[in-house]
Amino acid sequence: MLSLIIVLPLLAAVALVAVPRLGDGAARWVWVVVTAVDLALVAALWLAYEPPGPGRLAFEEQVPWIPGVDSSYHVGVDGLSLPLMAMTTVVFLACAVFALRDEDRPRTRAALFLFLQSVSLGLFAAADLILFFLFFDLSIVGMYFVIAGWGHGDRGRSALKFFLYTFLGSLALLAGFIGLYVAAEPHTFDMVELARQTPLDGSPTAGGLVLAAILLGLAVKTPTVPFHTWLPPAHTDAPAVGSAVLAGVLLKMGTYGFVRIAMPMLPEAWRAWAWVVVVVGVVSVVYGALVALAQTDLKRMIAYTSVNHMGYVVLAVGAAGIVAEGSEQARSVAVTGAVTQMVSHGIVTAALFLMAGVVWDRAGTYDLGSFGGLAGTAPRLATLFAVGAFASLGLPGLSGFIAEFQIFAGSIAVAPVTAVALVGILITAALFLRALQRLFTGPTRGASRGFGDLRAAELWAVAPLLGLSLLIGVLPRPLLGVVEPAAEVVVQLVGR
Amino acid sequence: MSHGSAQTALWLLVLLPALVGALLVVMRPERVAVPVSLITAALTAVLALLVAISGPQVSVPFMAGTDLALGVDALSALVVPTVAVVTLLVLVFSAGEIGQSRARFYGLMLLFASGALLTATAQTLPGLLLAWEVMGATSFALIGFWWREQHRVSAGTTAFLVTRAADVGLYLAAGAALAGGGGLALADLPAASEGWRHVLAAGVLVAALGKAAQLPFSFWLSRAMEGPSPVSALLHSAAMVAMGGYLLLRTEPLLAATGWAGPTAAWVGATTALLLGAVALAQQDLKQLLAASTAAQLGFVVMGAGLGAVGGGAAHLVAHASTKALLFLAAGAWLSALGTKQLTGLRGAARRWPLVGVASAVGALSLAGVAPLALWATKDAVLAVALARSPWLYAVGLAAAALSAAYSGRILLTVWARVPAADRARVVQHLDEEQEGTRHVGRLETLPLLPLALGALTLGLLALPPVGDVLARSLLEQPGHPGLAEMGVSAALALAVLALVRWRPAPRPGWVRHWLGLETAVRAVVVGPTLALARALASFDDRVLDRAVGAAAAGAVGVARRAATFDDRVLDGAVGSGSRATARLARVAARADERGVDGAVEGLAARVRRLGQVARRPQSGQLHHYYVQAVAVLAVGVLLLLSVR
Repeated sequence: MLSLIIVLPLLAAVALVAVPRLGDGAARWVWVVVTAVDLALVAALWLAYEPPGPGRLAFEEQVPWIPGVDSSYHVGVDGLSLPLMAMTTVVFLACAVFALRDEDRPRTRAALFLFLQSVSLGLFAAADLILFFLFFDLSIVGMYFVIAGWGHGDRGRSALKFFLYTFLGSLALLAGFIGLYVAAEPHTFDMVELARQTPLDGSPTAGGLVLAAILLGLAVKTPTVPFHTWLPPAHTDAPAVGSAVLAGVLLKMGTYGFVRIAMPMLPEAWRAWAWVVVVVGVVSVVYGALVALAQTDLKRMIAYTSVNHMGYVVLAVGAAGIVAEGSEQARSVAVTGAVTQMVSHGIVTAALFLMAGVVWDRAGTYDLGSFGGLAGTAPRLATLFAVGAFASLGLPGLSGFIAEFQIFAGSIAVAPVTAVALVGILITAALFLRALQRLFTGPTRGASRGFGDLRAAELWAVAPLLGLSLLIGVLPRPLLGVVEPAAEVVVQLVGR
Repeated sequence: MSHGSAQTALWLLVLLPALVGALLVVMRPERVAVPVSLITAALTAVLALLVAISGPQVSVPFMAGTDLALGVDALSALVVPTVAVVTLLVLVFSAGEIGQSRARFYGLMLLFASGALLTATAQTLPGLLLAWEVMGATSFALIGFWWREQHRVSAGTTAFLVTRAADVGLYLAAGAALAGGGGLALADLPAASEGWRHVLAAGVLVAALGKAAQLPFSFWLSRAMEGPSPVSALLHSAAMVAMGGYLLLRTEPLLAATGWAGPTAAWVGATTALLLGAVALAQQDLKQLLAASTAAQLGFVVMGAGLGAVGGGAAHLVAHASTKALLFLAAGAWLSALGTKQLTGLRGAARRWPLVGVASAVGALSLAGVAPLALWATKDAVLAVALARSPWLYAVGLAAAALSAAYSGRILLTVWARVPAADRARVVQHLDEEQEGTRHVGRLETLPLLPLALGALTLGLLALPPVGDVLARSLLEQPGHPGLAEMGVSAALALAVLALVRWRPAPRPGWVRHWLGLETAVRAVVVGPTLALARALASFDDRVLDRAVGAAAAGAVGVARRAATFDDRVLDGAVGSGSRATARLARVAARADERGVDGAVEGLAARVRRLGQVARRPQSGQLHHYYVQAVAVLAVGVLLLLSVR
């Protein structure tokens, strides 16, 4: 079933490319239906899911692939990957619905996004480093074509910058993986086996170097300060659905790598360098928020808030490495918060980027100063954008709060100095309220005149995402019940 | 009432207004908005009374190992009905007041009420913080309700940001509670380990002071007056601001356990009561006056919490809620009828609509501390404990009480003034300056004032025996009432001050007119530098970080180009000259031996030349070609490494 979930979108993509007689309208609906079916399959998987316990995965499947280096097609899920897979299918479905009205080469685009969906799901399910790396790089290739092919503005340059930057990052990641492989005895790329062996414990220099390579690769993808400068141009010039997938899903590949690879496989090195990770997290939180505050371009602003939000995740996983007597509960609260933040940021930021896409579609600009009084001409957009903004700034009752409360409570409990990052939630509040004020309030003027409100497809893409955020914010147990056991396992693995 | 149904009632108390409010905001059914929300508010009030009597406890698992727990104890039993009843009355008033976007208005008000009720019943820190910030967000939306006017929206933004800055204290407190080992339940907070307990108390204190508009946060309340009057009546007197005081009453054991937090709260409260009392006295705008007075009166509640006088503080909170909601509604009624909230423009307003006038007079007299009205008794319950602790604190409190008599006297004298014909032009000139006045106060606007006036008249009983003793015992406190002498002193003081302002207009110190310059200071010290830093970092990001990446890429391209040149000129040149040398050698050999080897030598030369051409092909001078080659070489290296492992 797991492989079916991963492969289904890819098969649909191949079919879309192979059958050119299929009309554009049909292609758009194929995309929606396939993503909906995939979401249903993930939902079934979720319902059947039982926490597999330490060192194991649920719904495991393994087929030999490159036996010479002990690399196999090995997939499985646990409480870290399952929520991200669910979030991925939700975001892709929202994009498919959103794109129902779009006329720009729908068949190729549907195929490309279905390919990206398979790649993303495969990455989150991967239990083999080579497989993980393969999906990691394919996601970069896929997103390159999305930005270069369907973007606007200086899209070619932005796409190339995105490609080269993150591809170089992935090479560092590969170097780290090879380091793990070489150190393991017997040599293997199997993630479950590597987490069991922790091959580099006891060799601080080699462990530190391998961790540095892996951290570098993940930090570029996440992105954290100072490796984030590819993000704003990539988002600004990407199409709305591309931005939604890039911010919603692709960024999580970086943060997921922390909890899936770096922490369990290199616990000793992680503990040794936890403070560095914490500092990078705090800097990303504060720096990302401040730079976002200064933006006058709506999409760049949202892009920088991603740096801020991913900073919370980095901060929390770093804090989880600061091991002290009796701090297991606090550290596992922090990791739970980090995973919740990945899910929450995925759905909320996807919604915000889709709405930014609506703004571009109607007005052809992202400049906040060109608008005013938009609540008069586009009341639906105003309501939903306000909900999205409040979700993003961590208002209780929405998913961001569940994530950030746990991140802060857990992190402050193990490392009180992380309280300085609290200023981040204040600055994000300021920048979103400022943006709301500039876009939506006051007399209707400039680009707001004659602005068409959300259409059905747009509404049905955005509203469910925000509804989900509300659901998680009010009833977090179904999500936390899955995440918490896995977070405890990660904390145990780091602590050993 | 059975146990189970009491629990259901408690869930409904919070969920009913939340659900109806959310539906109203999202669906915007303008026509049914008013009846639906009035029925909801009435049901909520009934539920509030039910849970106040039955005192149920409920909980569901939430996060960080803590439940979302709600419960009604003696303190909540006092506050919950107050919030629910004031909400109902304010919503009735709003039916006559708010003409447009009713669904949005009522929806937000109900959402707010749900947040306030959850705050008043929350038993754990995550639940409290949830409700706490929902109140803040709805407050933002309600202050900026008339969103066409930018200054109102910025007022909402200011209010939200200032209170959220204080809320950060609760996030800090949550971390401290988790680290301190006591757990996240409010009742367990004092059990946190020694060091963390101080952090916890500091966090809670800051959050509560922010919400209660105490110094130095008070200025947001001034800006909040840009919102509609019913919003001020509910949020900025009875519920949200009051919840700041409530939180300190709730966590009084924690404050007491630290040794320093209690006295700090008491002194901040007393200072706020005094200084904001002076601010109130200096205002020309009735709503600004009432707002400053709210912060000052909440100062007494905060003082009570700091001194451990929970019963007195709670009684003052409830009595003040009724009194101040009444005065805000009266101000709102006059504003919509006369179009002004300037005191000069409101001269004689009470005579024009006597019922509103009488009700507001009751409120003003209660606010002044005239015996036997509500705030007289409740304030003295706090002041009596202050006297037992520190005469200085008592003196500051008494001075603040005198100020409240002075500004209340100003309201009374103004609205009940007979306007001489000579002054009439000055009054008329203020009419309709704020909005188009209707010259009409309807029944919907008048009726809710009456129960509130009754409250302002009688709620002092909560601080007097026998009701006060029952309240104290149910709060597990020693029943202690102020001595007759003290109560006499404060009653006499109120009357004396009233007489004084009747005889000589109260001074209006100019230095406090702008709320002590707090907002200006915060803008200069915090907001300005933050924005400047943000802009500086943004340009650093573009000019330095991003350009460094670009420069690195350009450098790589440069290196590649140089390599290509090297390749063309040196390597290829070497091959070329090599082949030329070979050709020359061949010619020499041909001359020496023209037969036999000649063909072979010719062939060799041709092959070497072809090799040279092939070697030149990959050197295209394009970065991505070199990049692919690098990857290929790396991959070959990896495979080599793997095969020889």
